[in-house]
Amino acid sequence: MTMRQPAIVVLGLLVAFLVGPFVVIVAASLSAGDTLAFPPQGFSLRWVAKVFAEQSFRSSFALSMFLAVFATLAALVLGIPASYAMSRYSMPFAEAVRTVVSSPIIVPGIIVGLALLRYLVAPFGINVVVALFLAHTALVLPYCVRVVSASLDNLRSDVEEAAILLGSSRLGAFFRVVLPNIRNGVLAAFILGFVTSFDQVPVSLFLSGPGVQTLPIDMLGYMERTYDPSVAALSSLLAFLSIGIMFVAERFIGFSRYV
Amino acid sequence: MSDSAYLSLEQLKLAYGKTVAVDRLDLAIKQGELIALLGPSGCGKTTTMRAIAGLLAPVSGHIHLDSRDITRVAANKRSVGLVFQSYALFPHLAVFENVAFGLRLKGMRGKELEDRVQSGLKTVGLSSFASRKPGELSGGQQQRVALARSMVMEPKVLLLDEPLSNLDARLRLEMRAELQRVQKETGVTMIFVTHDQAEALALADRIVVMLNGTIEQIGAPEEIYNRPNSAFVADFVGFENVFRVRAGELDTETGRFALGGAIPREAQGLAWRPSMVELGGGPFEGSVRGMSFAGGTRQYLLDTPLGPIKVEASAHLPTHALGATVRFDLPVSIAAPLQRFG
Ligand SMILES: Nc1ncnc2c1ncn2[C@@H]1O[C@H](COP(=O)(O)OP(=O)(O)OP(=O)(O)O)[C@@H](O)[C@H]1O
Ligand SMILES: [Mg+2]
Repeated sequence: MTMRQPAIVVLGLLVAFLVGPFVVIVAASLSAGDTLAFPPQGFSLRWVAKVFAEQSFRSSFALSMFLAVFATLAALVLGIPASYAMSRYSMPFAEAVRTVVSSPIIVPGIIVGLALLRYLVAPFGINVVVALFLAHTALVLPYCVRVVSASLDNLRSDVEEAAILLGSSRLGAFFRVVLPNIRNGVLAAFILGFVTSFDQVPVSLFLSGPGVQTLPIDMLGYMERTYDPSVAALSSLLAFLSIGIMFVAERFIGFSRYV
Repeated sequence: MSDSAYLSLEQLKLAYGKTVAVDRLDLAIKQGELIALLGPSGCGKTTTMRAIAGLLAPVSGHIHLDSRDITRVAANKRSVGLVFQSYALFPHLAVFENVAFGLRLKGMRGKELEDRVQSGLKTVGLSSFASRKPGELSGGQQQRVALARSMVMEPKVLLLDEPLSNLDARLRLEMRAELQRVQKETGVTMIFVTHDQAEALALADRIVVMLNGTIEQIGAPEEIYNRPNSAFVADFVGFENVFRVRAGELDTETGRFALGGAIPREAQGLAWRPSMVELGGGPFEGSVRGMSFAGGTRQYLLDTPLGPIKVEASAHLPTHALGATVRFDLPVSIAAPLQRFG
């Protein structure tokens, strides 16, 4: 019994620590004042409105959305067959391959970004959007491989064999039996990849060019120039968007079981 | 390959990487036969089934089915059904769709499909479970779905890997009868794996006993039960007193012993069931180390110069107390002569 009260206090502090910044940001974004401040001065939605009016936010948001969706899709198109091959066939150096595929999780993004800029974009003059797309695909791939692999490992391979003995081809068995059974894992991988890409700063920082910026980079730049609460308003909006996605994901696929 | 063989395995060698699981396996099965594959865990039963189904390519040897060499034919083109030891149902599909899976691939649709699936489900007693997902079924029910799923395909050969192992005693007997009925009705050639010798004896036309990746003995149930040809098979079917024979005598760890009759010349060993040992008289003497009552009979464990001997005697006979000295005989005339020992 003596441990109970201290435990509750610690837990309370922890929750305050995690939720506190969020509360502060949301409050600050509803301020009527001209500068980012807490506690907020008065109440207004003018900064929220300004976010939607700001042309630069609109275009960087569109770019970030585009990258997050298509880079993650590309990573899944590459990652699902790769995970399948790793889980079903014994290959030479399987462990090494697994490690290499997962390495971007371990290597700091800033190094990846610099390397891509220095050795890929600069020498070959690759279009900035294409470079961002390639970089984000590479960044998201390991997350996809991990989550999809975990789902595949839970699906016994004799289920595919059963499909084959009932007349299916190997490819047919993949689409008819494997894919439907890892569907939730694939959706979870998509969400995780999407958030990872959307949130990505270091790599995008190196690759963003004039007029082509992802949303987080745009926000950083905006804050350097202007100190009004619209960044707080934008952050709040993004936070509510993530909460919404997570809620739906948890509700329909039990997202937290996969990551 | 004999003329009447429908399915034949010739000098089959199967391996996982460098581990050889099955070697020099020869087996010929007639159309419509019901074969039981019996043997201890790890002897290669599942491996052999997988090779027949086409899921494991042989290192060497041949497989013929219905006058065709299918050694290199793909698994989905063989018309071989396999009920997996682990059922391998499709978790995302309801029972109906599991059973319909192969039929749909064959292009069957509509009422014909509906009827076939329903009759398949009826056979295994699961008509009212058509809309359940596999995860909502008991182990035994899942096993029956797997059975129905293979059976509706009307394969040339149906392989069953321990098809009854997860059923309770009553259901097991029912399904046993059901399997036999379906097999007789459809005439499908069937091979089923089992650990249970009683099941093999009751169901099979012929029993194949495997040991360490090869066939130890093939024969009709009565043959296997009464005339095991090796020490292993003898022990497996309940001849619990097994002795090596050398120069017309029993050769035990404690010495050589002559018996009261002539031992068949080709016998490498002799075996007696506990019930075949005659208690109360004879050339040998032993002391009672253990006794247990088993309804109609009593079972004794005797310490004897030949080693431990197990005896089963009618419960009507007077009891021999622990520690008592009793005489007994091992009658040569009824012993099973073993052509191979060890
Ligand atoms: N995937 C595998 N990789 C390597 N060795 C294997 C594999 N599957 C089976 N083996 C080995 O091959 C041998 C035969 O295995 P198999 O599964 O055929 O035995 P079984 O007779 O079906 O046994 P059980 O009664 O336990 O099911 C065993 O020694 C086993 O360890
Ligand atoms: Mg097995």
